[in-house]
Amino acid sequence: MIQTQGLCYQYPNGPRLDFPDINVPQGAVLLLSGPSGCGKSTWLALVAALVAPTAGSLCVAGQTLDALKSVAADAWRAKAIAFLPQKLHLSSALNVYQNLAMAQWASGQVEDAARIFTALQSLGVDALAQRRPGQLSGGQAQRVALARAVLLQPQVILADEPTASLDDEAAADAVGLLLSTAKVQGATLVIATHDARVATLIPSDIDGQIGFQPLRLLRNQL
Amino acid sequence: MKTLAFAWRYLWSRPLGAALNVLLLSLGLASITFLLLVGHQLSKAFERDLAGIDVVVGAKGSPMQLILSGVLHIDVPPGNVPLQAVRALEKHPLVASVIPISLGDNFRSYRIVGTSHDYLTLYGATLAQGRLWDQSMQVVLGASAAAKLGAGLGQTFAGNHGLGAGGHAHGDSTYTVVGILAPSGSVLDRLILTDSASVWKVHEDFTALDEDDRKAMEEEREVTMALVRYKTPMAALSFPRFVNTTTEMQAAAPALEITRLLNMMGLGTDVLRAFAGVLLLTAALSVFIALWSAVRERRGDLALLRMLGAPPGKVAALLLCEAVWLGLLAAALGLLLGQGFAAALGWFLKLDSTLLIGGMVWPSELAVVPALALGVSLGAALLPAWGAYRVSVLELLQSR
Repeated sequence: MIQTQGLCYQYPNGPRLDFPDINVPQGAVLLLSGPSGCGKSTWLALVAALVAPTAGSLCVAGQTLDALKSVAADAWRAKAIAFLPQKLHLSSALNVYQNLAMAQWASGQVEDAARIFTALQSLGVDALAQRRPGQLSGGQAQRVALARAVLLQPQVILADEPTASLDDEAAADAVGLLLSTAKVQGATLVIATHDARVATLIPSDIDGQIGFQPLRLLRNQL
Repeated sequence: MKTLAFAWRYLWSRPLGAALNVLLLSLGLASITFLLLVGHQLSKAFERDLAGIDVVVGAKGSPMQLILSGVLHIDVPPGNVPLQAVRALEKHPLVASVIPISLGDNFRSYRIVGTSHDYLTLYGATLAQGRLWDQSMQVVLGASAAAKLGAGLGQTFAGNHGLGAGGHAHGDSTYTVVGILAPSGSVLDRLILTDSASVWKVHEDFTALDEDDRKAMEEEREVTMALVRYKTPMAALSFPRFVNTTTEMQAAAPALEITRLLNMMGLGTDVLRAFAGVLLLTAALSVFIALWSAVRERRGDLALLRMLGAPPGKVAALLLCEAVWLGLLAAALGLLLGQGFAAALGWFLKLDSTLLIGGMVWPSELAVVPALALGVSLGAALLPAWGAYRVSVLELLQSR
C-alpha cells in the first residue's frame, strides 16, 4: 500500500531529510515515531502528495506519486487519503453535519446526507450533527474529525499526533478508535507521533491479520 | 452553488464584521445610486418637458427663472407680458407656433394654467375621462393632480391667488372639471389646465370696479409667457436677438438654460462623487482587512481543505465567493438606500410632486452599482484569495 525507496526531501534553504525505505501492506498499521523535527510531518506530506520528493520513488495506494502533477495529486488525495491532524480544524462557522458536507465539497463529491450520517453513526456522534464544534467535548470533536476523515472511504488514514495533550485513558480511546476505524474501512493506518505511549497501545499483531510496523525516524538520519 | 453556500456561512460566522463591511460598502454605493438617480431623473424630466419648445418668451428678468417657471413649473415667473406682443410673435416669419401660458392661481398648490389646446398636443396628452374645455371656467386636470385632489368630473372649485397655497380664494369664480388626462409622465400630470380666458376672467371679475374698468382691462390683457416653436432651426440664430432687442420681452432658450443649470449643479455632484469614491475606497480597505484576517484565522481550516483534496483554486474561490456575497448584499442595500436618499431629497425639496426627483425609479444606469460593488469587493479580495490559494499544508502539518 505504501512503498518508498531512496526517499529524500530537501527544504529550500533548509535541511535535507533522507527517509528509510519502507513497504507497508494494505490494512497494516505503521507507527511513525521520533522526536519533534525528525521529519514525520514531511513524510506524511510526501505520502499525501502535498510535496514532491527531491529524490527517490514513492508509491501509495497503487499510485506512483513522484511525477504526479498538482491537479491530479489533489484528485488522487481526495480519493485515497484521509488525514486526521493534531489540531482538528473543525470549522466553527459550520455545524458538525456541515463540516462533513464541506469535506465532500472539498473532494469534489456531491453532498450525500446518507453517507454523512452513516459516517457519524459509525463513530457514535450522529446525534451531534447539528452542534457547532465549540459545543463538543475533546473526545466528541476527535470522533467527528475522524468521521470526516473516513467519510470518503480512503485507503490510507494519516493521523498526526492523535494522542497529544490527552491523558492515558483518552489516549487509549483515541488509538483504539483509529485502529477499529481503520479495520472497518480496510485502510492502512499511519500514526505519526512522538508519544511513546502509542507504541504500547497497538498490539503487535492485530487480529493476526494486519501487521504493525514501527518506523523510528531519528535525528541522525536527517 | 455549494461554494457560495459555504462562503455565506463563513461570512456570517463573523456577523458584526460582515454587517459593518456591508454597511460601509453600501453607503458608498448608495451615494453613487443617489447621483445616478438624480442625474437620470433630472435629465429625463428636462428632456420630457422641454421637448418641442425651441424658445420661451416672457418678461425680462432671469432667463433660467423663465424656463423653470414656465416649462418645468417649479419656480415663480419673472412677470407678465402683453397679450398683443405675444400675438405679434405669431406673425413672425420664423415662428411655427406660439402657445400662451398664463399663471397666477392655484388650487391646493396645484397650478392653474391658462393656455390653449395646443399645450396638451405638445405633450401628446390623452384624456382618461371627459373632454377638453370648450369655454372659459372649464378645467382639465392632470392625472396626478386629479388623483391627489380626489377630484372627479363635474366637480367645481374656486382657485386661490398665487402659485403656492395660502392665497385668498377667488370665491365668486368657480371652475368646473370637464376632463381628466391620462398619465403622461410630463409636467401636465401635475397641472390644472384651462383656457387662457378663464385666468383673465377670474382676475377681471376680482379686480374690475365697473364695466368700463373691465373693458380697459380686456384691452390690456397679459399672459405670463409664450412657448415658441421655430419653423427652422436657423431661427435660433436670429429670433432670440430679435425679441431681446426689439421688444420689452426676453427670449430664453431652454436647452441653453438647462445646460447652464446642470453645469452649476456639476460642482455639487463632483463633490458628492468624490465623497462616494472615498467611501468606496474605505469600504474596499475594510473588506480587504476582513478577508485578510479571515485567511490568517482560517489558515488551518483552508489547509485542511487542501488536504481533503480541494485544489488551490477551489480554496481561493471560497474567499472570492465571500467577497461576492459582500458585494451583492452591499449592492442591494446601496440601491435601496440610494432610492431612499433620492426619495427623501424629492420630498424635502418638494421635487417629488413636480415629477423631477422621486424614489423607486430603476433606470438601466443603475446596473453600474452591482458591477461596481462586485468590482470593489472582488478587487479587495484578490490578495486574500491569493493567500488562500498559496496556503501551505506542510505548515499545517508542522504547526503544533
